Amino acid sequence: MDMKRSYYEDIELFGSGTVLFWAIILLAGLLAAPFFATQYHVYLFNLILVHIIVAVGLNILVGSTGQIALGHGGFFAIGAFVTVLLMTKLQLPFFVALLGSAFIAAFFGFLLGLPALRLEGPYLAIATLAFGLAIMHIIGHMELFGGRTGLSAPPLDIGIPQLGFSWVLHSQVSKYYLILAITVGMVLFAINILKTKAGRAFVAIRDSEIAAEVIGINLAVYKTLAFAVSAFYAGIAGGLYAFVLGFFDPFTFNLILSVIFLVMVVVGGLGSVMGAIAGATLITYLMYDLFKNVGEVPVVGDLLVSFSRQWLTVSGIDNFNLIALGLVMIGIIIFEPLGIFGAWIRVKKYWKTWPF
Amino acid sequence: MPFGQLLIEGLAMGACYGLFGLAVVIIYKTSEVVNFAAGDMAMFSTFVSFHVLTVYGAPFWVSFLAALAFAALLGVFIEFFFLRPAKNPSLLGLIVITIGTQLLLAGVASWKWGAEQQAFSIPFSYQVTYEIMPGFVISQWAIAVFIIAALIMAFLYFFFKHTKLGTAMRATQQNKHAAKIMGIKTNRVFAFAWAFSSVIGVTAAVLLSARTILDPQFMMEPFLRAFAAAVLGGLMSIPGVLIGGGIMGLIENFFGYAWPTWKPITAFVVIVLVLCIRPAGLFGKHYVKKV
Repeated sequence: MDMKRSYYEDIELFGSGTVLFWAIILLAGLLAAPFFATQYHVYLFNLILVHIIVAVGLNILVGSTGQIALGHGGFFAIGAFVTVLLMTKLQLPFFVALLGSAFIAAFFGFLLGLPALRLEGPYLAIATLAFGLAIMHIIGHMELFGGRTGLSAPPLDIGIPQLGFSWVLHSQVSKYYLILAITVGMVLFAINILKTKAGRAFVAIRDSEIAAEVIGINLAVYKTLAFAVSAFYAGIAGGLYAFVLGFFDPFTFNLILSVIFLVMVVVGGLGSVMGAIAGATLITYLMYDLFKNVGEVPVVGDLLVSFSRQWLTVSGIDNFNLIALGLVMIGIIIFEPLGIFGAWIRVKKYWKTWPF
Repeated sequence: MPFGQLLIEGLAMGACYGLFGLAVVIIYKTSEVVNFAAGDMAMFSTFVSFHVLTVYGAPFWVSFLAALAFAALLGVFIEFFFLRPAKNPSLLGLIVITIGTQLLLAGVASWKWGAEQQAFSIPFSYQVTYEIMPGFVISQWAIAVFIIAALIMAFLYFFFKHTKLGTAMRATQQNKHAAKIMGIKTNRVFAFAWAFSSVIGVTAAVLLSARTILDPQFMMEPFLRAFAAAVLGGLMSIPGVLIGGGIMGLIENFFGYAWPTWKPITAFVVIVLVLCIRPAGLFGKHYVKKV
C-alpha cells in the first residue's frame, strides 16, 4: 500500500499531494490561530509548541534509537537557565544565546550518552533519571542560577541590541510566531535527519545493536550522537520555555516533567515524528488545561468536587492531574501500545481496504 | 557528630534502604519488571496504617497488620489489573506502566491525605538511646531496624531455598516458559511476588516514616536511594541489596555530615559511577546476551 518504489520517493518530504495540501492547510491554520484565540490560549499554544520540540527530539532518542531516557527535564532546564544567563550576564543576542545553550545541552547529552554505551534497559532508565534529578539539585543549590527562587527572563529581544538594532517581542502573540517558526524548522530537521545516514543508523541500532555493529555502524558514535541531538532539541525548547513562562525556578523541571515528556512520545507513537507532535499536543492540552482545572469542567467537574468533598479533601482536587496522567500511561500500554500513530495507521488501513 | 553515631545511624538507614531495595529486587527477580511504583505503593499502605491508627483509634500493631494486609492486596491488584493485561510489553512499556501506577497512587494519596503534614509515631523512638560502647550510641529505632532486617533476611533465605513457592519463583525467573511446562502457574507466582514485595516495602516504609514527616512525597527520596542500593547490589542478588543498602546509608551519612548541601544527590552520583564501572552492579552476574 505504502510501497516506496525509488530512493527519491523515500526521501521526499511530502509523500503525496494530499499530504502537502493538508500540511499547507495546517500551517495556514496555525498562522491564523492567534486572531481567534484569547491571551490564555495563545500561551497554551506556545506551551504546546515548546513541548512539540522536546517530544520530537526525545522521539529521535527513544523512538528511533531505542534508548530509554527519563532525564529530559534536565536538558530542558539547562536550555532555560543557560539561555537566560547568557543573555543577562554576557549580554549575548537572543539567537546566539539560544544556540549556545542548546549546544551546551547537547554536550551534556553527549556526556550522558557515554555511560549509556555500557548500560541498557532498566539500568539506563535509572542512570538518566538520576541525571535529571542531579541537574535539578545542582541548579537549585548554585547562586549563579538564582538558587531556589529561580530566574526571570529578560525582555525577548530578537535583534542585536549592541549594534543598535533591537526588536523586542512583548506579547504572547509575537512570541507565538517566533516559536512557531522555530518549531516548524526543528520538526522539518527531525524528519530529514531520520532519512540521512545517521537517522538510518539510529533505526538500525534500535532494531538490533549487534546487527547494526556487524554492518559497520559505529555504536559509540551514533548512540552518543542520538543523545546529543535529542538534548539539543530539549535545549532549544528549554530556552524558548524560559520566555513563555517569564519566570521559573529549578523545581519546575522535576521528575514529573521528564515523565510527561516520555509519555508524550509513548502516547504519540514511538518512532514517528507526526506521532510525537500529536502526543505532545494532546498531553499538553490534558495536563496544562483540561485536567488542571478539572473542577471547572461542566458535569464531571461538579461530580468530582462533590465526591472529593464527601470522601477525600476538597483542596486535593488538583491531584486529579497526576491520577489522569497515571491512567493515561497505564491505559496506552495496555490498549494501544503503538500510540496515536498506531491507531491512525489502523484507521487508514481499514478505510483503504474498505469494504473488505 | 561522633564517628560511632554516624556509623550506626548510617548502617540503620542503610538497612532500611536495603529492605526497601529488597522490594524492588523480588519483583525484578521473578518478572524482570523494574517497579518504579514501589515507593508510592509503600507510601500508600503506610497512609492506610496511619488512617487506621488515627481515625479508628486502633493500637499500633493492629494498624500495622492492617497495612500489611492492604499492601498485599494492593500488590496483587496492581499486578492483576495493570501488568497482566499488557500483551508482550516492551521494557519501555513496563517502565511506563509502573511509573503510571506511581503517579496514580501519589495522586490518590495526596488527594486524600495531602492537605496537611502528619506525624506518624511508631513504638520505636529514635530519641531513646543506649550507649553500648563509649562513643557508640544506638537508638531504639536502630535496634528495631536491625532486628527486623535480620528476621526478614533469614525468612527470605529460608523461603527461597526451602519452600516450594520460593523454588517456583526462582524457576519462573530463570525461564518462564520452562516453568510453565513444569506446571507452575506463573501468573500466580507473579501476583504473589508483587504482594510479597509490597509487604516488605511497607515494613521498610513504616520504619522510615519514624524519621520524617508523613506526607505523600515522603517515600520519594528513600525509594531512589533504595533503588540505588538495589542497582549497587546488582538488582538480582538478595544479600547484594542489603550490602548495597549498607554502603548507600554509610556514604550518605558521612557525605551528608561533611557536605549537607549535596546530600540529596550523593545517591545518584554513586549509581552513575557504579554503573559506569560495573554495569551489572557489584554482585550481579553480567549476563552475555545471545544473538
